[in-house]
Amino acid sequence: MITVTDLTKRYARHTAVDHISFEVHKGQIVGFLGPNGAGKTTTMRMLTCFLPPTSGTATVAGFDVLEQSFEVKKRIGYLPETPPLYPEMRTAEYLQFVGSLKGLAKAELAKRVDYVCDRCAITDVKDKLLGKLSKGYRQRVGLAQAIIHNPDVLILDEPTSGLDPKQINETRELIKSLAGDHTIILSTHILPEVEQTCEQVVIINKGKLVATDSVSNLQNRARGAESLLVEVGARNGLADPAKVQTRLELVSGVSRVVLKNKRENRSVFEVESRKGLVRGDLARAVVEAGWDLNELRPAAVSLEEVFLQLTGDVTAAPAEEAAVTAGVK
Amino acid sequence: MRNVWVILRKELRSYFVSPVAYLLLAMFAVIFGFFFWNILGFFVFRGMESQMRGQMMPMNINEDVIRPLLSNVSVIGLFLIPMITMRLFAEEKRTGTIELLATSPISDVEVILGKWLSSVILYASMLSLTALNFLFLFKYGHPDWKPLLIGYLGLLLQAGALLAIGTFISTLTKNQIIAGAATFGVCLLLWVLEWVSGYETATWARVMSYMSVITHFESFSKGLLDSKDAIFYVTLIFFGLFLTARSMESLRWRS
Repeated sequence: MITVTDLTKRYARHTAVDHISFEVHKGQIVGFLGPNGAGKTTTMRMLTCFLPPTSGTATVAGFDVLEQSFEVKKRIGYLPETPPLYPEMRTAEYLQFVGSLKGLAKAELAKRVDYVCDRCAITDVKDKLLGKLSKGYRQRVGLAQAIIHNPDVLILDEPTSGLDPKQINETRELIKSLAGDHTIILSTHILPEVEQTCEQVVIINKGKLVATDSVSNLQNRARGAESLLVEVGARNGLADPAKVQTRLELVSGVSRVVLKNKRENRSVFEVESRKGLVRGDLARAVVEAGWDLNELRPAAVSLEEVFLQLTGDVTAAPAEEAAVTAGVK
Repeated sequence: MRNVWVILRKELRSYFVSPVAYLLLAMFAVIFGFFFWNILGFFVFRGMESQMRGQMMPMNINEDVIRPLLSNVSVIGLFLIPMITMRLFAEEKRTGTIELLATSPISDVEVILGKWLSSVILYASMLSLTALNFLFLFKYGHPDWKPLLIGYLGLLLQAGALLAIGTFISTLTKNQIIAGAATFGVCLLLWVLEWVSGYETATWARVMSYMSVITHFESFSKGLLDSKDAIFYVTLIFFGLFLTARSMESLRWRS
């Protein structure tokens, strides 16, 4: 549905987007992820034909954004970071205006307005002035505006920014429910959002593409080795953390043990292992040594870590550390 | 064409939903009313004077009332036009709604035409208020209506040109005040350029005076339709709208 090849946007002083390539298939929700200033908005603006790319190409629904921008514009719905609302208009009136701007026929218009109002839960503010709406409603009117002409592709720039947690959830649900009919690209710098809403993720940083993969693949990729959290306790303070650590390291398959947290008579370790079958051995080792095994669970790897690994300089440090540990062993 | 109408309707709505249109209409009606009263008062005074002296002076209501009134309207226009055009694009740029227009299947030319036409219509509705005053002239006197119509045409053309320039200036900034002030400056300059012809007859002075929008209104106010002056205004309209289109395009490459 969307194909981006070597897309580049250069300004006088800096390059905002640097040779980005990715692909989005029909019906997918893709998260466009990156820290602030990574080039997300610029890329989206190029996809919506608002900005012309310096070099490279992008096609939406088979049409080139530069050469056939008119055809592209007919097929996209775009919600910019701040919803493009006219404060002096009323909701229904505004949606009618946008509808006719997108080329909807008069007969269809009223039906579509009713439909999107219903879909985005804004029927109760239909006759209110847009300037008087709360942030949550304005965002939803912005979404309604984007889907009024039933576009093939929806491009949403930070659709949940500035909303309260309840509104964020509602908006996410709404976006998810739209996925069947539309191909959606949404940008965000909030990681859980991608984990919750998207199937595919494109990570960019400083204008460069860092990774593009499915959410579950990325999580796996970051995991690499399985890691477990083990909490060991002892009733009378016999469990000396150092001793426990040495014992845990002796379990076969364990590659690294890190003391994460120490309290009076229990300590938490993060255990990394090459294969996934060490849990039983770990439990046995702890119990046989006379300690209590309070907890043993897989440490969930969040996208957050993946993200930091992929975008930051953090990548170098753990790799080095791992090498050192391996060397010692 | 349909898209022009969509934009036009939206712009007219925002003029008439906000106090902008009513303020302009009211201000214009009051100022024009004052001029009307003043000029007509003077006309009546001169009529009485000539009667008292017992000698007939040549008096013509078209020459003595309508012509100075129309010239005055064209000057009042210079002051009000910046207020009409300043928000056209500056406001869209400030609130980000320009992104909606730019990502909709509608061409820049259609947006520009819709916006410019809406400003012309607002100006025309201001002018239509003056018809009320002129109706009195027709009730109590016998002015010739053809020169008056030509005068209105001239006013519309002149305003169209200045509105096109104002529309262009509005695309240059996000700030309405800056757009308004700059448009006012340009309007004023296009007015006073004519003054050099008062003391200088060299070619440069003739060129400068030719560029003044007031110079070209002279014939219209007399009720003459001079194609040279009409073409000047039409050219200025095209020039202004052309600059607007270029500016909108460069907006994309710059921002």
